[in-house]
Amino acid sequence: MLLIPCPYCGERPELEFVYGGQAHVARPAADAQVTEQQWADYLYQRDNTRGVHAERWRHSHGCGRFFNTLRDTTTDRIVRSYRIGERP
Amino acid sequence: MTRPLRTAAGGHVDRSQVLHFEFDGRRLTGFAGDTLASALLANGVHLVGRSFKYHRPRGILAAGTDEPNALVTVRRDAARYTPNLRATQVELYHGLCAESQNRWPSLNFDFGAINDWFAPLLPAGFYYKTFMWPRSAWSRLYEPRIRAAAGLGRAPEHPDPDRYANRFAHCDVLVVGAGPAGLAAARAACEAGARVILCDEQPRPGGSLLTQSSAWLDETLQFLGAHPEVTLLPRTSAFGYFPHNLVGLNERLTEHLAQPQADQARERQWQVRAKEVVLATGALERPLVFPGNDRPGCMLAGAARTYLNRYGVLPGSRAVLVTACDEGYRAALDLHAAGVAIALIADVRDAAGGDLPAAARRSGIPVETRMTVLGTRGRLRVNAVRLQRLNEHGQPEGAARSLECDLLMMSGGYTPSVHLFSQSRGKLEWSDAVQSFLPAQAAERVRSAGACRGVFSLEAVVADGKQAGAAAAEASRSSETQPAPVLSAPEPTQRGYLGALPHPGGIPHKAFVDWQNDVTSADLVLATREGFRSIEHVKRYTTTGMATDQGKTSNLNALGIVARELERPIPAVGLTTFRPPYSPVTFGSFAGLARGALFDPIRTTPIHDWAARWGAVFEDVGLWKRARHFPRAGESMDAAVARECRGVREHCGLFDASTLGKIEVVGPDAATFMERMYVNNWSSLAVGRARYGLLLRDDGFIFDDGVVARTAVDRFHVTTTTTGAPRVLALMEDYLQTEWRELRVWLTSTTEQWAVIALQGPKARLVLEGLVAGVDLSPTALPHMGVTHGRICDVPMMLCRVSFTGELGFEINVPADYGAVVWEAVHHAGQEHGLTVYGTETMHVLRAEKGYIIIGQDTDGTVTPEDGGLGWMIGKKKADFVGKRSLERPAFRTPDRKQLVGLLTLDPAVVLEEGAQLQEEGAAAGRRPIGHVTSAYHSATLGRSIALALVAGGRSRVGQKLNVPMPGGPVPVTVSSPVFYDPTGARLNG
Repeated sequence: MLLIPCPYCGERPELEFVYGGQAHVARPAADAQVTEQQWADYLYQRDNTRGVHAERWRHSHGCGRFFNTLRDTTTDRIVRSYRIGERP
Repeated sequence: MTRPLRTAAGGHVDRSQVLHFEFDGRRLTGFAGDTLASALLANGVHLVGRSFKYHRPRGILAAGTDEPNALVTVRRDAARYTPNLRATQVELYHGLCAESQNRWPSLNFDFGAINDWFAPLLPAGFYYKTFMWPRSAWSRLYEPRIRAAAGLGRAPEHPDPDRYANRFAHCDVLVVGAGPAGLAAARAACEAGARVILCDEQPRPGGSLLTQSSAWLDETLQFLGAHPEVTLLPRTSAFGYFPHNLVGLNERLTEHLAQPQADQARERQWQVRAKEVVLATGALERPLVFPGNDRPGCMLAGAARTYLNRYGVLPGSRAVLVTACDEGYRAALDLHAAGVAIALIADVRDAAGGDLPAAARRSGIPVETRMTVLGTRGRLRVNAVRLQRLNEHGQPEGAARSLECDLLMMSGGYTPSVHLFSQSRGKLEWSDAVQSFLPAQAAERVRSAGACRGVFSLEAVVADGKQAGAAAAEASRSSETQPAPVLSAPEPTQRGYLGALPHPGGIPHKAFVDWQNDVTSADLVLATREGFRSIEHVKRYTTTGMATDQGKTSNLNALGIVARELERPIPAVGLTTFRPPYSPVTFGSFAGLARGALFDPIRTTPIHDWAARWGAVFEDVGLWKRARHFPRAGESMDAAVARECRGVREHCGLFDASTLGKIEVVGPDAATFMERMYVNNWSSLAVGRARYGLLLRDDGFIFDDGVVARTAVDRFHVTTTTTGAPRVLALMEDYLQTEWRELRVWLTSTTEQWAVIALQGPKARLVLEGLVAGVDLSPTALPHMGVTHGRICDVPMMLCRVSFTGELGFEINVPADYGAVVWEAVHHAGQEHGLTVYGTETMHVLRAEKGYIIIGQDTDGTVTPEDGGLGWMIGKKKADFVGKRSLERPAFRTPDRKQLVGLLTLDPAVVLEEGAQLQEEGAAAGRRPIGHVTSAYHSATLGRSIALALVAGGRSRVGQKLNVPMPGGPVPVTVSSPVFYDPTGARLNG
């Protein structure tokens, strides 16, 4: 069970969190002219990284906040967590 | 008292405490400190089971958790019945009652042994190639028979009555294994000031030191026992290594007790989060693979030595040792000293020049090298072994000879136990020196010490443990999360043997590799001949290593055989994945307290107790209990629902809507936020008004719905479906926290803070009038979808004029603590007006009559607003909302998309089955269906059945006849509008 460092609460066990998918997936702006393919990519295409992967977690049984995490998918080692809006 | 098969003194058994026990109905005795296995051997009982597939007579192979054959059932009482326990781990207690498995009518005479005669028809994977004709016979005849013949123990039939405890623990250093390496590590860590947990699966700590007397052991245990910072856990298996140094331990508390206390927990599961872990899990001896190596009386040399030195048991009177390493000689030496005749030590190697072979020769034990085993003889106990010399090329040559023996000891070398290290995602590396896989690159903060990393001599093991313990304690003080460094390579050692022993001519038969699953070397050869190359495929095809012992005594030999067949080096063939649990763990231990009433939380509304008193039949909606209907004495559900429906439409009805989700959306940007989330126009919603809202996902599919009230310019009271509440709030938070962080709006769940009492029907206003204060209920003051505040029964109230039934309706929102008392007041006031209490079933029927959808019933995550006939709800000229862009997808505009319609059966008495498929009239059998029924009920209001369905191009098919294929024949239906009742909505005004 992962120990996930919430930027607001510190290290907490995985069962306090809900996984939030890949991080830094930008939602196309309302007025942006995106093709069908680009919109489908936004909805459905995600990276499948072998190695350090930026992902979101929500501390649903805690402070309730979303945040980003860098985790190595081969070893589950967590590099660090950082707030929404920050870059890795 | 000296028994013929028991030494007079020595070992860790207490000969002054005689214990009586039963095995297969036979009354036997043993001593305190015995396991069931050692006590059976002391009574001369070697035959303890019948093998899985061939029903071959089997004896005890090992002395610990690696035992594959001696699986027994222990029975305490009718409810406490545990199959598949390893007799080598069952601690003997007075009154123990055990029985063997997989045999009928008895161990000695088992009908199943006929399988052994049919063995050539039953190799690995036989069920993929045989029993194919006739096809119908498979499910009727073959499969049930094969299934009944398979399996080992019988499953218990009563619920588990025992209690299982659970504990979380943190420590600086967790040491797994209390053999010499683990004890040294724990001591060193403790001396360095660390908090230590030391666990061992055996009842006594000591590991390999238990087969000899050791002052060091006693002294170390005394030291550790005196330190409060050390927690020593015997009878505790570390079964799984989970991410970030979470290790699962299973502690057995009462299995060894003759009379456990009634309130004692039977087992305790520990979830230990350790800063550093030291694995001192030792090594497991390998058997040798030769024909007939599975007869009772064939056992691991180290196990024979353990039975002698630890339990004072003589496992035989005349023994032969077959060995491929020096370590095996210890067993022969110790048994010889105890008076057992050693007929021969047959060494597989070219030469045996070490200290132990020399000591054997000095004691007069015959030692011969370059030997192989051709087979054994004996039915229920081995009585002879056939041997042959190997020439300088390692090929069997010359005359074979037979030697009488009643004990055949095998030692193929030792395999370091790397299970937990591997579970921690550490990388293993093949070591030629040790002829095994050793821990190399760690992925967690873990170190390995002693035999489990290839260090075998006792002095070196203790030093290794000490070093690991000290290093772990030091590392635990740092917050640096780097995994442990790789240690220097272990000492070179005498190689053992991997694979099957040389055999003259063809493939030897009945040379067992995996005892528990009856897998022979021939099966592995067959697998490679049939084209299986990956060890993972070979494992699954032959089932080697897949039994409850997880291949502890078979994996490496299987690997050796496969590597030889494929002509590839062992490291190139690789290992299969190690998975938890290391050894079987009781289900109850994982369940802990989460069983029965505590399995899941139950959510009830403030009105629940009243409904229960009134005889409500409840249904589960998510974790909530909701009243489904309120049957009067003797009423069926259908009759109750029909009465409730009529009651609502003719007079009025009372319904508990408290479970629906409620979210307060507050802030200067509340309206902007709502505009972006839901499809509707919200800025045009006046304060004091409500609107039915629709929420999509960004992929354009309907996600949830609910009435939204605007109670202030900057405040919305959003309702959701009952089960959708947490999902909707999570979706809102996602966008708010990560997409629109600039918005000043806050979200609060208020689902449990409000009780919601729905009053629906033409008389609703009459009932409410006398109860409210400060509220004008007239149609002009409170129009349909109006929201106001006031008091009811002198309690604060938010009142919405909304209807899910199509009748005049009100939803009374009061603080939850007042819900019960307000409900009772409304119910009482309604009696003179013919008020009927109704449940969710009636609610479903009434809304279906009006064509109102229910999320998750009429939608399934693939329905767009247009599909559901709700396109009109989408606000025009909205810059953006969740799902907007997806609605422009060409795929959402195709004419054959499934659309919500109504269905009327030709026979009005027939109620369709929800989920039934729809076909066009005259469609050929096997044509794809064009839709399905989502909701179906008998409508008391209309006096006939109604249904809602999603049908391809449904709206253009209104009036068309379709068929619903059912087992009894097709049911004809006509497509209609989904609004069956009061299409103009006039009844909303009462």
